[in-house]
Order: sequence, then C-alpha cells, then structure tokens
Amino acid sequence: MAKRKTPMLDELEKGRWPSFVSDMKQEAAAREKTKVDLQTPREACDDLLSLMELSYEDKVGHWKHGGIVGVFGYGGGVIGRYCDQPEQFPAVRDFHTMRVNQPSSYFYTTEHLRKICDLWERRGSGLTNMHGSTGDMILLGTTTPQLEEIFWELTHDLKQDLGGSGSNLRTPNCCIGKARCEFACYDTQHLCHSFTMEYQDELHRPAFPYKFKFKFDGCPNGCVASIARADMSVIGTWRDDIRIDQEAVRAYVGGDFKPNAGAHAGRNWGPFDIEKEVIHLCPTHCMAWDGKNLKINNKECIRCMHCINTMPRALRIGEDTGASILFGAKAPILEGAQLSTLVVPFMKIEEPYDELKELIENVWDWWSEGGKNRERLGEMMQREGLGKLMEVCGLKADPRSIKEPRSNPYIFWKEEDVAGGWERDIKEYRKKHQK
Amino acid sequence: MAYNPSDPMKDRITDIGPRNYEDFLPPVIKRNFGRWLYHDILEPGVLVHVSETGEKVYTVRVGGARLMGVQHIREICDIADKHCDGHVRWTTRNNIEFMVDAEAKLKPLMEDLEKRKFAGGSHKFPRGGTGAGLTNIVHTQGWIHCHTPATDASGVVKAVMDELYDDFQKMRFPAQVRISLACCLNMCGAVHCSDIAILGIHRMPPMIDHENLGNMCEIPLAIAACPTGAIKPTTVDGKKSVEVKNERCMFCGNCYTMCPCMPLADEVGSGIALLVGGKLSNRISPPMFSKVVVPFLPNEPPRWPQTVEAIKKILYTYMEDAKKYERLGNWAQRIGWERFFEKTGLPFTEHLIDDYRFAYTTWRTSTQFKF
Repeated sequence: MAKRKTPMLDELEKGRWPSFVSDMKQEAAAREKTKVDLQTPREACDDLLSLMELSYEDKVGHWKHGGIVGVFGYGGGVIGRYCDQPEQFPAVRDFHTMRVNQPSSYFYTTEHLRKICDLWERRGSGLTNMHGSTGDMILLGTTTPQLEEIFWELTHDLKQDLGGSGSNLRTPNCCIGKARCEFACYDTQHLCHSFTMEYQDELHRPAFPYKFKFKFDGCPNGCVASIARADMSVIGTWRDDIRIDQEAVRAYVGGDFKPNAGAHAGRNWGPFDIEKEVIHLCPTHCMAWDGKNLKINNKECIRCMHCINTMPRALRIGEDTGASILFGAKAPILEGAQLSTLVVPFMKIEEPYDELKELIENVWDWWSEGGKNRERLGEMMQREGLGKLMEVCGLKADPRSIKEPRSNPYIFWKEEDVAGGWERDIKEYRKKHQK
Repeated sequence: MAYNPSDPMKDRITDIGPRNYEDFLPPVIKRNFGRWLYHDILEPGVLVHVSETGEKVYTVRVGGARLMGVQHIREICDIADKHCDGHVRWTTRNNIEFMVDAEAKLKPLMEDLEKRKFAGGSHKFPRGGTGAGLTNIVHTQGWIHCHTPATDASGVVKAVMDELYDDFQKMRFPAQVRISLACCLNMCGAVHCSDIAILGIHRMPPMIDHENLGNMCEIPLAIAACPTGAIKPTTVDGKKSVEVKNERCMFCGNCYTMCPCMPLADEVGSGIALLVGGKLSNRISPPMFSKVVVPFLPNEPPRWPQTVEAIKKILYTYMEDAKKYERLGNWAQRIGWERFFEKTGLPFTEHLIDDYRFAYTTWRTSTQFKF
C-alpha cells in the first residue's frame, strides 16, 4: 500500500484518457501479491506513487542530479537515478533507467514482449515507457546490483541489446517505411537496422563531443521527425515523375474516393474541389486540371507530398527513389533550435550503403576533432560554416542547400581564390602612392 | 546459464544490437513489404492498407499513456494473441496498433478494446489518433523520473488529453494537430516543431551550493556550459565556487546539467510556456519552428487548468477559423500574429518579443501590418 494518501494523483484516475496513475496502481497491486521472486523492492510502485504525490504537493521533482552507473564496457544505455528522499521512500532509493534498443518501427511478437515483461517484473519496478522519445523501449526503475543481471538476460535470453545515452550515437530510429506505407522511398527499417548494427561501438561507448542522432524518414511527410531532431536526417525522395492514374483522379473529382484517405471525415467540408484543394495549394503551381486529366510539370515539383497525400489512390511517388541527406537539427539548448540543413539533395539508398557510411564517417571525423564539449553538430556547422562541412564531405556547392544567397558581402576569400595570391610588396606600392 | 557475479566477464555477450525487425513483422506485413498501393481511414483510428497483391491489412490505433506497467503490456499481449496472431506495434507517438488481415476480424477486436477500462474508470484503449484529428501527446518524463524538470509530464498530458479526448476520436480539425510536451529546455522530446508545444521552463537563476560546489562540480565545465557567459569563478569562505550574473541568466538550466550544485527548479519560479505553429512535414509549406505565445503559466497540479484552458482556446479558434489542409502555424501566418492574439484572446506581452540571439530576424521590418 502507498505510504501516503495520494489525493492529487487520484484526481488523475478520473477522466476518459488512459490514466498512468491507475496503471501504476494496477502494477503496485500485482507486485503486492505476486509469487515471483522479486529482485527489487516489492513496494517500488507504491513508493513511486507516494513520491509523485510529494512532487505534486511541492511542485518540484524529487530526483537527485545524475548518478553514474552502467554495465561493464558500456558508457551508455543506463541512466542512474536516485531519489532525494530515500528515508521516506526506500523502495525507490535507486531507480535506474535502462534503454533497450528497439526493433525498427516497434513491431513485436507477444512472445518476445512477455519475456521482457517477465524480466522486468522480476528485476525491475515493472514500469516502462513504450517508448522513449528517441525510440528505445525504456525500462524504468531498477537497482544497481540488478544491472548486470538484466543485461545478461537481455542479451543471452532475449537477444536484445541496450540503446544509447550520453555523448554517443543515440539509438537510431525510423518510420514504419515499406512495412506498411505506400510513400516509403527507401527501406527505412533495413537502413536503420544496418546502421545500428554497424555502429555499435559509437552507440555504447561515448567518444563524441555530445549526442548524435540518426533518424530515417521514408518520405518528406517526416513521420519520425528527423528534420527537427536528428543530427543526420535521411529523408526519402524521388527524382523522376509522380505516377498518375487519371481514372482514379476522376474518381476523386466525382466523389467516389474520399480525399486525403478520409482524414477529414469528422466534419462536412463540402464536395471535393480539385482546383481549390490540390491545384491551387500546390506550392510551385506546377499542376493543371482540364476537367478530364491532371497534368504535372514534374520539373517544377518540389515533392511536398500534398497532392499525393490528398489523392493516394491516384498519385504515387516516382520510381527513381532515394533520399535527401540533411545535417544539424537539434532542440534549443544551447544555441537555439535548428532544423536540419540540406547537404546532399539526392543519394540512392541501396545496400551496402557505402556512400552514406563514407559521408557520415567524414562528418564524424570533422566534428570529433573540432567540436567543443557539448557542442551538437548543428552548432559546429553554425560556428564553422556550411561551406566547411561540404568541403569536409567533398561536396560541391549547390543552390539546393540554401534558401537564398548571402546578403552580406563579407566573403572569406582564400588566398588561392585570388590570381597571384596575397603576397604584395609595400615598397612597390609606395612607388605609386606617397605616405 | 546465468550471470555469475564472481566471474562477470565469462561468456559475456555485447554489442549484439536490437532484435531484427524482420523477426517481428506480422505475416501479412511481411508478404506485402514494399508493395503497398494506398490506404484509407475507415473511421477514426481504423486504417486499411491495400497491397498490389490484393491483400489488405487493417489497423486499429489506440492511445497509450506511454508510462505502462508490465501488467498492462501483458493485457496488450492477450489482445494481440486473441485477435492479431500474436503481433502488435507501437507508433512514434506512443499509440498502440493492432493489425488484422481480414475485415471480419475488425469488429470483435474493436469491441474487445472498447470495453476495457482501468479500475479508476479511464479507458485503457481509446481508438483514434488518425487524419485531421489530434494524435497522442508525445512527452518526456517530468517529475516521475527526471532530475531537471520544470513541470510534470504524464500528469499534464493526462489533464490535456481528458479535455481533448473527443478530438483524439474525431477528425474535425482543418489538418492534423500534433501536441508535444517537454518538461524542460533540454527538450528530450524535441517539441520545438509541434502545432502546440507545452514546455517546462524556469524563471529563477540557479541557487549556488557553495559548500559543495568545489568538490562536486568541474568549475570550468559549469562556466563553459552557460550560453550567455553569466557564470564566473569565485571563492566563498575559502572554498572554490562560482557566481552567477543574474541579469544575464535566461534560465536554460544547462549549468545545472553540468553541475548538481546549481539547482533552479522552484515551486513559484518553474512552470509552463506554450509554443504554437511548428510543423516538420514538408507538405505544402516547409518545416517551421513553434513560436512562444504564452510565456508562463504556473504549475497547477493535478489538473493544470490554466494550461488546459489556453490550449483549448488556441485549438478551437484554429478549428473555427482555418481552411481545410491548413496547419495551425500556416493559419497563424496567413491571418497574421496580431490577429492570432486578437482571435485567441491571449495577451501579448513584452516577454513574447525576442531578445535572444538572432532576435532581429523576428522583428517587423515593414509597414505592412494590420490594425
């Protein structure tokens, strides 16, 4: 039973949305009566509820700063956590997190999930996050002596590894991709898995200036948000023509198919109007509808996906598919929020992904050597310039990397840019120009 | 074979990576991998994907609270065993997806999900989160497990989602709406490109534990961590420590991340800022950042009424006013921010005028404005 009454948390059992408080109470009740040989305190969920109630009273959290724990040989994957009221709540005195590297796009068999549940019930608090923001399955709350035991069982019995934390490669993450999406321009799941396997050392042993995230989006819709939060964003695209089924376009116009796959069904927006809803919303105005056929001037298309999203049964992505590679997204700390910057407009994404690996390793070398402590790649790009990054990667300047050319004329010319170099003779100068 | 603490490195396995996703794909997904033609939303939370082979997969998407006990996950497994041949998946926004390979299997699955409730009365598996509706709020740990939060996470999300439950289940917005929460500026959840971002912020400079700082912190790291150069070394009572120039502090907490002797969370000082209008899809317009429209709201556990109220105000004004396919940020841009504040009734204060780096790019440099 919880050590204190939890009137404020109990309020959060009301309402229709799934209650995490009820879930925690359910877990606490199960722990109270289970016959499982629990290896962490039986009252962990109760004490966590009580601690949360205290936070709700105090309006501040009650976890100590940091805590260095881990498994042998790894510098990431485990996050130490200690309660700042251990006498009051001994069952959550130490309550470490383990990040478990998730399978690409979070598909599971129940057989596997049940094994994880058994492991975590016995050796942890029984509480998880499905999933953490970077994608890992988060096992929430265990004690230091359990860490190696859990790691052993995770690797030996469940054939699954820890993910990343700290100044290393964070667990790579991808959208659902070709598994169940018609828009995927490359196999995000396979690339994500391959890169995760390839870079295990970078994932588990911090050697970078700060965190580094790969994220793999199958198309410009960006369901895994790579452009907003990945140091390297791989976003699927194509460079040939959008495929059109004119009969299906007419079916949309005729009202036989619902636009946007039925996404607007909750409200009466009136009949579908292809002019208003597609042609005029095209950002480059590269489409035309003559009442019978849809025309797309593909050369002017910027592949924003709107027409394809709106008429998925009539329009399909092209066949010459690959990805755009962007670098440097991050949340605000320290230099302010950044979106990823387009560095490689198009790359074919095919096994064994050598071109992409070469690119990323060049970037890592540059950043590892020149990055300051806790400096994200995007911040170093700001400090050193996009041109420098392109130079390191052996890439030529391309107008696709910019929104507009510079408006200041403060160009950092190099000596080799100027015929004859920078060497001049002041004496020669004085022959023509008196002091 | 089990772990042997007296010989921990014997037979140790490391760096094996995640389980291969191919081991976990449902058969219908495996058979049609890369062959999907199109999809339809049959009703909120129910999708059908059609393959060029003629096969279909039906998906029922339900919301989850992210924090889940293993009892709950086992219940999810029971449902997946009963209806989905033992397969299930999660989404990046903490929804759970149950997939079946025949339409006839849909109704029993949905009925099963519908009737399951927690002891406290809330739904375990609310169906929705598709199309021009609200999907699940992605969030960070908050008070339940983080050491730097300025607000809670799970509780705020529960309070907001209870109020917006109908919009999770209906698709009545002009476009999809993504709400996200990060409990401090570290933004583990990277919420800065969301239609509405709920962000925990501090307003008080760090306290300094001079007694322990010299022993517990790397002083140069704490100094270097400050983006505004507000921290400098000092000696207090013969002990090495730091001092903070308070007027330079913008309360990011980065010093605390590097040095536990500089805590800044506070009952009165910490709370919530709301940002709106971000997106990360390239659809129609390019991705853009969310902008701060409410600089501060107090922490009000357990139900955060002011936060919930402000979000509802923004969301329902947008719902009434925006055009079909227009994301919240595109609507605000079209009507102009002066109209945004007028229509939503949110007060515009000096705190909303940028005075950090690159602030100039956000000032109006024209006479084109609305009275």
